[in-house]
Amino acid sequence: MKNSLPETGGFFARDRVMHPPAYTPGYKTSVLRSPQRALISLDGTKSEITGPVFGHSMINEFDNDLIVNFAKPGEMAIGQRIMVHGRVLDERGVGVAGALVEFWQANAGGRYRHKKETYLAPLDPNFGGFGRCVTDENGYYAFRTIKPGPYPWPNGVNDWRPAHIHFSVFGHGFAQRLITQMYFEGDPLIWICPIVKTIPDEEAIKRLIAPLDMNNTVPMDLRAYKFDIVLRGRRSTFFENRKEGN
Amino acid sequence: MVQPLNYLKESASQTAGPYVHIGCTPNFTGIHGVYETDLGSGPMANDKTRGERVTIKGRVIDGSGTPLKDAMVEIWQADANGFYNSPSETRGAADPNFFGWGRCPADMVTGEFVFETIKPGSVPFNDGRPMAPHVTLWVVARGINIGLHTRMYFSDEEAANAQDPILGRIEHRVRVPTLIGKREGDVVTFDIHLQGEHETVFFDI
Repeated sequence: MKNSLPETGGFFARDRVMHPPAYTPGYKTSVLRSPQRALISLDGTKSEITGPVFGHSMINEFDNDLIVNFAKPGEMAIGQRIMVHGRVLDERGVGVAGALVEFWQANAGGRYRHKKETYLAPLDPNFGGFGRCVTDENGYYAFRTIKPGPYPWPNGVNDWRPAHIHFSVFGHGFAQRLITQMYFEGDPLIWICPIVKTIPDEEAIKRLIAPLDMNNTVPMDLRAYKFDIVLRGRRSTFFENRKEGN
Repeated sequence: MVQPLNYLKESASQTAGPYVHIGCTPNFTGIHGVYETDLGSGPMANDKTRGERVTIKGRVIDGSGTPLKDAMVEIWQADANGFYNSPSETRGAADPNFFGWGRCPADMVTGEFVFETIKPGSVPFNDGRPMAPHVTLWVVARGINIGLHTRMYFSDEEAANAQDPILGRIEHRVRVPTLIGKREGDVVTFDIHLQGEHETVFFDI
C-alpha cells in the first residue's frame, strides 16, 4: 500500500560516527577546512524537512548517457563501457521517487575535463564526464558511461584515487542532501586512499563499493555495476502535525 | 528475541572534491553544449515573484583566512509569505514564481558567491513560534568531508532575530553574530568562516 500524502515528518538523526568527521589530517585539505567547534543540533523545522523537487521534464534525452552526451555525432567515448544503476532508498528501505541524481567522473585515463586540472593523461575529445537523472516512482536510476581510471593527486607523495564516480543526490528534504563517491568492486586502491579512509567505519566504506552485476550486463555490449544510495529516513507524521495546530 | 528493526544505514558522505563543477555547474567551468544552463544559476526571482529583492553575497573562508575558490554553495528558502515550494509544505501554496533553491560555485579568482533572490517571510518553528526570516545554506568543497549546513539571518530584523527559537538555542551568545548577514541597501553580505576565531555556527539538522 502506498501512502500518497506528502511526508512531513522529521528525519532520523544522522549517525555522525559512521560519516567521516570534518578533521581528517590524512586528507590534508581537511585540516584548514574543518570546523573545530561542535555542531549545534536541532530537530528539523519546516526549513529542513522541505526541499526542492525537480521534474523529469528538465532531463534531456542523453543526460544519462556519458558515452554519447559530449561526443561528436556518430562517435563515442573511449574506455570500458559500463552501466551504473540502482535505487535511491531511504533508511526505511522506501524508494525515493523523483530524486535528482547528478554524477561526474574522470575519463578512462583518470583525466578530468576541468580548467584547473593538469594531469598529463590526455582528455578524450568525446567524453565530458557528467550526467544526471531523476529516479522513477520506485527510486530507480540508471546511466551509461565508461569506467573512470585511477587518478594521482597531490596529497601524499604518491597518492592515487581509486576509480570513482562522484554522486550528488537530492531527496525530498534539504536535510537529506548528500554528496558521496562510488567505488568499484575489487579495486586495491580503495583501502589505501586517504579520502576513503576519512570514513571511520569499514562497513560504511563497503556500502560505497559497487559490485559487478552480471545479471544486468549486456552481452557483447557493456558490463553493469549496481549502486544503491541510502538517504536519511523520516519519521511517521501521525503525531507530528498537531504541534503547529494546522 | 524481538523483531528486527531492519533499517538501512545512510550512505556515507564523501568530499565533493575540487571538480564538483563538472557535475553540478559544467557551463561555469567551460563545458558547454550538454546542459543549456547550470542548474540553480541565474536570478532566483522573476518579474512576477512576490517580495523584496535582495542580493546575498559572501565567501567561504578557511582557517588561514583564505577564501575558498572551489567551494559550492546551495541555498534553500521560503517565499515572501514564508511558504516553501516543496511537496512537504502543508500549510498552503507557495508563490508559483519562486522555486526557493539556488546553487552558486565560488568565483575561481575571488571566491565570491552571489544569489539574486528575495527576502523570505517568517516560517513557524515546530511549536508554532515564528522563526525570524532566514535562508538555509549548504556548503561543500574539496577538504569538506560532509556538507555543512548553516543559516543566514538578516541584520535588519533585529527584533525578530532576538525572538528566534534557533538563535536562542546557541549557548555561546558571542557566536550568534556569525549567522547574521549584514544588510546594506539591497545587498546582504554573509561570509562563512569554516574555522578559527570567527567560526560560523554549523548545524546538525
